[in-house]
Amino acid sequence: MLIIDNLHAEIDGKKILNGLSLTVNAGEVHAIMGPNGAGKSTLAYVLGGRPGYEVTEGSVMFAGQDLLAMEPHERAAVGLFLGFQYPVEIPGVSNVQFLREALNAQRIQRGEEPLTGGEFLKLAKEKAALLRMDMEMLKRQVNVGFSGGEKKRAEMVQMGILNPSLAILDETDSGLDIDALRVVGEGINAIMRAPDKAVVLITHYQRLLDYVKPDRVHILAKGRIVKSGGPELALELEREGYDEVMA
Amino acid sequence: MTLIARPTNREEDWRYADAAFLSTAPIDTFDDWRTVTVAPGDVLRETVQADDAAPSAVARCRVHVGAGGRYEYFATIVSGPYRRIELEVTLEEGAHFEFGGVTLGGDNKVQEFVTRVIHAQPGATSNQVVRAVQWGKSTGNFLGRIEVVRDAQKTDAAQNFRAILLEKGASANTKPELEIFADDVKCAHGAAIGALDQTAAFYMAARGLSPEKARALLVRAFIADAFAAIDDETQRETMLEDALAHLDEGAL
Repeated sequence: MLIIDNLHAEIDGKKILNGLSLTVNAGEVHAIMGPNGAGKSTLAYVLGGRPGYEVTEGSVMFAGQDLLAMEPHERAAVGLFLGFQYPVEIPGVSNVQFLREALNAQRIQRGEEPLTGGEFLKLAKEKAALLRMDMEMLKRQVNVGFSGGEKKRAEMVQMGILNPSLAILDETDSGLDIDALRVVGEGINAIMRAPDKAVVLITHYQRLLDYVKPDRVHILAKGRIVKSGGPELALELEREGYDEVMA
Repeated sequence: MTLIARPTNREEDWRYADAAFLSTAPIDTFDDWRTVTVAPGDVLRETVQADDAAPSAVARCRVHVGAGGRYEYFATIVSGPYRRIELEVTLEEGAHFEFGGVTLGGDNKVQEFVTRVIHAQPGATSNQVVRAVQWGKSTGNFLGRIEVVRDAQKTDAAQNFRAILLEKGASANTKPELEIFADDVKCAHGAAIGALDQTAAFYMAARGLSPEKARALLVRAFIADAFAAIDDETQRETMLEDALAHLDEGAL
């Protein structure tokens, strides 16, 4: 589903990714762990197409298409979802308005019929319930006045509504208390655990992986994958730390 | 026969006006005054929608609001090359003036609101919100002067100006002026000029919105502040949609 080959990327001339390769198949959950500054968020932004992140070498194929040749909104329409480490506040725009516009823009680009207001609200209600989020929250402005945990839950409601085939979740577990962590973990499973979908979880900690069991765990350091393994690698990391495991 | 002097950029009230226009427009253009009187206790709302068919490039209006009266004025300026709406509002005791203005334009357009609000008696209030959205080499201005006369205690006056410049080369100017001769007075003013929030734009793109759609949503939310005080939802939406329709013309 996702094939990253020898990816090099830089920001303002500073090299961050140095030959990163990673293949994610449909039906899999991959965890990417690594010390601060390893390039984890950069990887997420490069995949999402954030302006300022320049790819200097390598390729990314997603569902058989050249991902890097697409505009950010086109990447979303072909099924990529980027869960933000710091979800952005958009004053004056309600979640409902934002998500309906976003979903219908995606649908139109895919040649599907846009949803009516009623159809959209029904879908939104269903996905909000999955994350135990009150519909009233969705009528409020996007992320404005939301706590850190609420923002992360709102991200997962967005993911549920947009229904991507690949989710890149950048530290979705940060800022969550124990109860919210479980709700978010179960939400990810309910929305993304399917034979035709895949997830890349970027995280510092094992704790989210207790709920969302990874098939593969990778350690990212200095801009490339330095070690890969099964779920046991995350446990080993938690126990021993990066220095020990990478040595 | 009217005898008025042709304004120049040297005058404070005209300092950001289009110089070419000032020197070439027929002299009568600058003397297009309208008079509005709001009787004590009455409420009057006036709206000027996107004004391509504007009768005059310079529209000036003198408003007198009687005690306890309320005057509301909401306007969108989209035309050019020069377009100015000027209001001089005198408030009697306990009267209120509510103003929401939007300038929205590209090319070399110079678009401005100029207000002079005179709190002539105690207890009057005023609230002014202006939003400017400019691209190309256009300019959006808000010159707001608030005068609080001696003994006009308990005056509460607020003005707020914000501008979004969609492209390098566009500009915005604001010049709040407060002249206060009473001591028990609240006057607040704020101003900010910036570019479109690129972080929000990327966030919206990552959810599937094209740059044009994202920009329209952000601009809509931005200018909505100017019309927030319109309590009639249909009228408020009409003002917003009408203004936004002009964003599609040339912005990027």
